[in-house]
Amino acid sequence: MQVKIKYFAACHEIFGRDEEDMELPEGAIVRDILQRLEAEVPEFAEYYDVMQMSVNWEYATPDTQLSAGDEVALIPPVTGGQDV
Amino acid sequence: MFKITKEVITAEDVIRAVQTGDAGAIVTFLGTVRNNTEGREVSYLEYEAYAPMAENKMAEIAQEIAEKWGLDRVATIHRVGRLEIGEVSVAVAVASPHRKDGFEACHYAMNRLKQIVPIWKREVWADDEEEWANPDPIYFEPKS
Repeated sequence: MQVKIKYFAACHEIFGRDEEDMELPEGAIVRDILQRLEAEVPEFAEYYDVMQMSVNWEYATPDTQLSAGDEVALIPPVTGGQDV
Repeated sequence: MFKITKEVITAEDVIRAVQTGDAGAIVTFLGTVRNNTEGREVSYLEYEAYAPMAENKMAEIAQEIAEKWGLDRVATIHRVGRLEIGEVSVAVAVASPHRKDGFEACHYAMNRLKQIVPIWKREVWADDEEEWANPDPIYFEPKS
């Protein structure tokens, strides 16, 4: 099955692309995407702990189940700003 | 109204969207581009958004405000692209029968915006370097 991956901010820079279509086996989860990206760019692992993912515009976890046509986004920490 | 835009934002844009006869107060917030970050001179900012998700999350925040304060007139606009010093990056307006709830809800809307709305700010420094702004350790929620 095919899913669309979108890369933002620092993730966009790390991978040098803003989106792509990725072919995954049926029953794939978000973690499968992360592992594939980590294999491509090892330093991605550093971001992994502070990053969030979304599936179809909702925050997701590495265990979130994927379906064909899903839109997955890599979301590095969002804009800072203090409560002052 | 929940919108990501490349156009210039004014307070009027969000005020008009929430104006209603039963409001006794309209509280607005404008975020503007500051000329420095912790003393380091900023040349300009670049904002990037995951627009469809950002607009959905803004609507979700308005829903939270409806549940907490019973206020159903909230508008949020965030600008993307290159913004110069002093320009408005974000505008929020909340209409309320009474000002106390309006102030609280508007403050809440901005805090939540920084927590859950996927928008990124790139600081371009006067010395020509640039970087993505650091995440706010108070607000950033690690993934579960």
